[in-house]
Amino acid sequence: MGEHHHGPAQGISRWLFTTNHKDIGTMYLWFSFAMFLLGGFFAMVIRAELFQPGMQLVEPGFFNQMTTLHGLVMVFGAIMPSFVGLANWLIPMMVGAPDMALPRMNNWSFWILPPAFLMLASTLFMEGGAPAFGWTFYAPLSTTYAAPSVTFFIFAIHILGVSSIMGSINIIATVMNMRAPGMTYMKMPLFVWTWLITAFLLVAVMPVLAGAVTMMLMDIHFGTSFFSAAGGGDPVLFQHIFWFFGHPEVYIIILPAFGVVSQIIPAFSRKPLFGYASMVYATASIAFLSFIVWAHHMYTVGMPIAGELFFMYATMLIAVPTGVKVFNWISTMWRGALSFETPMLFCIGFLILFTLGGFTGLMLSIAPADFQYHDTYFVVAHFHYVMVAGAVFSMTAAVYYWLPKWCGRMYNEAMGRTHFWISFIGFNITFFPQHFVGLAGMPRRIPDYALQFADFNMMSSIGAFIYGASQLLFLYNVIATVVAGKPISDEKVWDGAEGLEWTVPTPAPYHTFEEPPLVPKPAGTI
Amino acid sequence: MGRVFSGAVLAFLSPLAAAQNQINMSPGVTEIGADIFELHMLIMWICVLIGVAVFAVMFYSIYAHRKSKGHQASQFHESTKVEVAWTVVPFLILIAMAVPATSTLLEVYDNDEAELDILITGYQWKWKYEYLEESGEPVAFFSNLVTSQEEIYNTDEKGDNYLLEVDEPLVIPTNTKVRFLVTANDVIHSWWVPEIAVKRDAIPGFINEAWTRVPEEGIYRGQCTELCGAYHGFMPVEVHAVSRDEFDAWMAAKRGAAAAQTQLAMQTLSVDGLMDLTGKDDG
Amino acid sequence: MSNLRLSRVPAIDTALKLVAAAVAMFAFVFVVMVPLYNVLCDALGINGKTASQAYTAVPAAVDEGREITVQFVAINNDGMPWSFTPNTRVMRVNPGAANGVVFHAVNPTDADMVAQAIPSISPSRAAAYFHKTECFCFDQQMLHGQSRAEMPLQFIVDQDLPADILTITLSYTLFDVTGTVTDGLASR
Repeated sequence: MGEHHHGPAQGISRWLFTTNHKDIGTMYLWFSFAMFLLGGFFAMVIRAELFQPGMQLVEPGFFNQMTTLHGLVMVFGAIMPSFVGLANWLIPMMVGAPDMALPRMNNWSFWILPPAFLMLASTLFMEGGAPAFGWTFYAPLSTTYAAPSVTFFIFAIHILGVSSIMGSINIIATVMNMRAPGMTYMKMPLFVWTWLITAFLLVAVMPVLAGAVTMMLMDIHFGTSFFSAAGGGDPVLFQHIFWFFGHPEVYIIILPAFGVVSQIIPAFSRKPLFGYASMVYATASIAFLSFIVWAHHMYTVGMPIAGELFFMYATMLIAVPTGVKVFNWISTMWRGALSFETPMLFCIGFLILFTLGGFTGLMLSIAPADFQYHDTYFVVAHFHYVMVAGAVFSMTAAVYYWLPKWCGRMYNEAMGRTHFWISFIGFNITFFPQHFVGLAGMPRRIPDYALQFADFNMMSSIGAFIYGASQLLFLYNVIATVVAGKPISDEKVWDGAEGLEWTVPTPAPYHTFEEPPLVPKPAGTI
Repeated sequence: MGRVFSGAVLAFLSPLAAAQNQINMSPGVTEIGADIFELHMLIMWICVLIGVAVFAVMFYSIYAHRKSKGHQASQFHESTKVEVAWTVVPFLILIAMAVPATSTLLEVYDNDEAELDILITGYQWKWKYEYLEESGEPVAFFSNLVTSQEEIYNTDEKGDNYLLEVDEPLVIPTNTKVRFLVTANDVIHSWWVPEIAVKRDAIPGFINEAWTRVPEEGIYRGQCTELCGAYHGFMPVEVHAVSRDEFDAWMAAKRGAAAAQTQLAMQTLSVDGLMDLTGKDDG
Repeated sequence: MSNLRLSRVPAIDTALKLVAAAVAMFAFVFVVMVPLYNVLCDALGINGKTASQAYTAVPAAVDEGREITVQFVAINNDGMPWSFTPNTRVMRVNPGAANGVVFHAVNPTDADMVAQAIPSISPSRAAAYFHKTECFCFDQQMLHGQSRAEMPLQFIVDQDLPADILTITLSYTLFDVTGTVTDGLASR
């Protein structure tokens, strides 16, 4: 164990064999950013094709491959690994642990991800093309009627599922066993809390996704009929299993984002988080409710009315704990001493846009109204408000907030603010008009559309190009900071920041908290 | 760019532009469509009101409590009263929403006593309509997109009903309760016509039900709304609602055509030597 | 360092429990979710599924005062070349009475084929009250090339059918399962 006291190894082997949570966190973050750019590129292809009515750039089948890969890469390649990267960097530092509980497993859980996505991306070059059945891959389109590449897709899902489960087990084991003395559960920073709950959700539902794709594999290759009516199965069963995974999955994506925002807003309000305990309980209730609302994604499959009513009421209930969170954040800002550095700007952007996405979510929960919204661009607008303006904005805020701590250099604030404003405006130009075309009747996942949707689609595409371009500015700003940013040495990069991670030197040394720290004061309270 | 912004401005200002840049759900022509529209508007306005209140507080805070103005941070961090209030009040608002939502849902599910039954089958990538009647020559036909490849690939001017026009529309009588039985032949499709507020998934092997009663004559257009493969975007729905008389005449003509078709098929069968299979000689 | 090493033991313990939980959830999908879904489908008539075994008729009074319209629909799934039609499209039946209908199937191809008919009832809540005492859908149907068959269905509509249900639609979708049957035979 002696080598842990030295710095990192040199060269490529540092990254291949590292068990250091900071190295692994860094690799996760860069990998997810690469996937974000790849998924973003697919999105640009989609928006370019939809710029005008008519088929211009790609064929309809290829368009479906793009929408499918965009969804899969963004959800499983960009957003989820980015938060795992953040967890790796921050959770040991936040709870005062020297590293993750199971460092070798940590290395594996990262290194099996790139092959999984390489396999997924390689399907683009296979005969019959990449998966083209949407990221929700409903049977029988994804089984009997799928291209042969579906088998590679299934293996990719299996591998990234294993990676997620290993990552989550590590996080739970770390939080439960490695906290510094005095760091009780109700003193943990909210980011640690939201990740702990997320990790439990992942352990519960990633195996369900694995089960769903395993059944697909068996249906395709071994003659079973889980999802085929001909053999006594049922394609609707697939949707139930998928969404039993899928609904907790959307909270898996958004809960760590809630955690990030709950760290950053108090820092720039210079005021403790309002309602720490209720935040924890709200997070736990959202996680619980996520298991009993899945069929609101399937109001039109023809469920019995009792089922429709149950899932409608349960889904509406989620508005209560989510509302509590939003009210708590705003109360945290209330009568604080606010300043608006880039991380705070992204958090305020998150707060506004995520709330809008929450409202459309509430509208979608109303079963009869959903008969008109279901599978239209209204849904597309809704989930991009919560996924992009929710998860991605908060992730961006996190990078600006902790990057100076990680590398000991300050990013360019003017460029950061410019990035925020271009992102915010580009995002809204892209997705706000999608509410309109959705309500007016434009189905999602179509490569070409009727003429009355033309103007708003062109607007949406222009917004998407603006939003996409602004991410290159982000990339440049991060690289410029890491390579040649202004060096800083204050332990507390932000005057309002609280928590153990701000008590270690800047930049954070390769090993931190080899001796457990004294827990100075409860995080989130005074 | 000019077109984009003028389009957006027009959408807000001119009622004439409504069809071009519609920004809201259409109440449609049916009673249920109107109910759903009202429900949608109710919930939207409740959300807007809550949003305005919440964001007003936030923006006031952003304006008044900034460090650059020298505002000192107070250190309060909880208040049981307030926290209970903002848990209970939203809950009550939700109950107020659930009541009309439930009654509208019950209405949608009330599909008894239909006067006409139509079987809708989704195919990759077209719809088949079959009129289920007790007797008489069965009437069934496919409904295909007629928009030309030239229009789609931009070598021809696009028509007004680009991608929303079919060779043989579904014809239904007005003021008649029509029940749709929806199924699929291959993958899952979904049959949607916004103006009559019917959307039902078409699932291979199983039948789903929906119904409508259209009070006004007219042409109502819709599309498949469940991803069903490469040409998912190219299988529209076109419904013609016509008067009862017109419908009966249309039906009679269709029956005649169907009878002739059967005749032809029987002859073809006999030529193929399948005659002995049917066991009798009435061809 | 020493305290780090000490804390690994409970961490591994936690991890092993979580691995067990993950494996249990994977198993849960197969041994709980799938059977539970099928049970719920049968009980609630989700998708209008009907029992896959013959109903043993219990003697019951025929409700002469009530008439239910039963509609028959025959659908061919993708690539199924058979002709498949009921001998009557609509029947009026009294709850409690035994009824029969026959479906005609013709295999116009030259090859021997096996078909499976999948029933579905609408409205789905009627499924629990629609009892089949004999049905061709309980078994796969084999037809030699260029041959035909008459496939019988015997059913009783339960007297307890909710009063507001006036029409029941029974659809059969015919699937070509020739490939899966031969594969199964070959592998045996």
